[in-house]
Amino acid sequence: MKKILLVEAKLHLRDVGTVVFSVVLPVALLLVIGSIPQMSEPDPAFGGERLIDTQLPSMMTLLALLTLAFTVLPAVLATYREQGVLRRMSTTPMHPGRMLAAQLVINLVLGVGAVVLLVVAGRLVLGTALPRLPVGFVLVFLLGAAALLAMGLLIAALAPSGKAAPLIGTSVMFPLMFVAGMWVPREVMPDALRVVSDYSVAGPFAQALRATWAGQWPEPANLVVMGAGLVVCSVLAVRFFRWE
Amino acid sequence: MKVIEVRNLHKRYPGHVAVDDVSFEVAEGEIFGILGPNGAGKTTTVECVAGLRVPDGGTVQVAGLDPRHERKALHRVLGVQLQSAALPEKIKVWEALDLYASFYPDPADWRELMERVGLAEKRDTAFAKLSGGQRQRLSVALALVGRPRVAVLDELTTGLDPQARRDTWELVEQVRDSGVTIVLVTHFMEEAERLCDRIALIDRGRVVAVDTPAGLVARVDAEQRVRFRPSAPVDDALLLALPQVREVSRSGDHVTVSGTGDLAASVTLALAGHHIVPADLRIEQATLDDAFLALTGRKLS
Ligand SMILES: Nc1ncnc2c1ncn2[C@@H]1O[C@H](COP(=O)(O)OP(=O)(O)O)[C@@H](O)[C@H]1O
Ligand SMILES: [Mg+2]
Repeated sequence: MKKILLVEAKLHLRDVGTVVFSVVLPVALLLVIGSIPQMSEPDPAFGGERLIDTQLPSMMTLLALLTLAFTVLPAVLATYREQGVLRRMSTTPMHPGRMLAAQLVINLVLGVGAVVLLVVAGRLVLGTALPRLPVGFVLVFLLGAAALLAMGLLIAALAPSGKAAPLIGTSVMFPLMFVAGMWVPREVMPDALRVVSDYSVAGPFAQALRATWAGQWPEPANLVVMGAGLVVCSVLAVRFFRWE
Repeated sequence: MKVIEVRNLHKRYPGHVAVDDVSFEVAEGEIFGILGPNGAGKTTTVECVAGLRVPDGGTVQVAGLDPRHERKALHRVLGVQLQSAALPEKIKVWEALDLYASFYPDPADWRELMERVGLAEKRDTAFAKLSGGQRQRLSVALALVGRPRVAVLDELTTGLDPQARRDTWELVEQVRDSGVTIVLVTHFMEEAERLCDRIALIDRGRVVAVDTPAGLVARVDAEQRVRFRPSAPVDDALLLALPQVREVSRSGDHVTVSGTGDLAASVTLALAGHHIVPADLRIEQATLDDAFLALTGRKLS
């Protein structure tokens, strides 16, 4: 199992695009957008909070995880299935389920890498606060990452081919980013959109990240939606996953 | 001693029968060929043996194990080379070997194996950058890295150029000499004839015959042909008088004699009796293709 992790990690790093889009891009966006002056001005629509305090870093954390869960993970797994990598493995004493596990771990680690960079770069370059409720932040991060990866696994399970998987992933990812408040913060969303947002897993994840960043415990409803997303998508992914 | 036993194997896909009724036994230490045209059900058969597919009927045993229920134990004794590519594009040769070695409790030394299949120089080359022959050799190495008792090799040389094909054949013979039993799936008559100790001829999901290559050829009382350019004029009657000869035809300087039995020997002897030398002598004997044709009424390729 250690060796699969090691080899698969190397393969991910060899794919420069993966690392750039999932880890470097969110950090770069944080720094570029964060250096726009309006971002650092207290916003009355936000209750006086600055956009770089919690909204921007939370959205970039979400962006990193969405990219990993909805493009990287499904693309790799669906391609491995299409090329017979999983099938080949199932003729050895090592169950190909270990490959799935390795992919989940690697994407989680990349996500952790991205969030650490976001927090550190934000602190050092923009002078934003570290998450004020660190334990809550870590727990929310892990729950949200798990829920999104489970959704990605479901896409990998249903995708008809290695090429289709990231296309399907992206076409689910952009609407999710929108309802999660990437372009229109939740505070200024119309009511109907806010309802959709609150059930979108990505929306509650963003809210819970922002809450813990600001030092508050997240809304229980947000945690419930994320937990439900994790359970439902995991069960469906396991039910529909094909090895060949 | 038998290592594989397949009894009345039956496998359907939605809408049609891929394997109708297949039975054979593979003895320890032999190269056993499964020969038949495309679509005959060869791959489906060995996939049932390897536990990749669940048969709809019949029984399979590999080293006394049932592939359906004892998969883990099965995969320790059976190495498989699948028909299609099966590694991540960017994985390097050594990484693939090292990784697969880690899947087995008592693996072979993969460095030695890499040397043996001639990939030492390609150690750091990505899978996607290997030639067809190199991929197949890596695939053979991966099938052997767990020190299996039996290796299943499916369409090992399809798509390879003649040189790569001969190199791969040599590799297969070496592997057998190292004590591994081999099940070789192929639709190449030449490959089966050259490598296999015994062959199961398969057509439309059924075993037509199981025998040694020579035994299969001998089953056809096929016609042979001897073609030559006589050093002096020959009378047809001289040749037609021989019991083995059925027909004599001529084209230009050449004479073609068709018949059965030890045709070539009797014709040359008769010619020698009349001080005639058969120049450009060519003998066309029955092949596995002819055997297949005679047994099924259809061509192998
Ligand atoms: N996964 C599958 N689903 C449906 N039909 C299949 C599948 N695999 C093979 N077949 C069909 O089963 C028959 C036997 O195939 P196969 O075992 O691959 O033959 P061979 O290896 O001798 O060429 C063919 O007609 C093929 O089209
Ligand atoms: Mg085949």
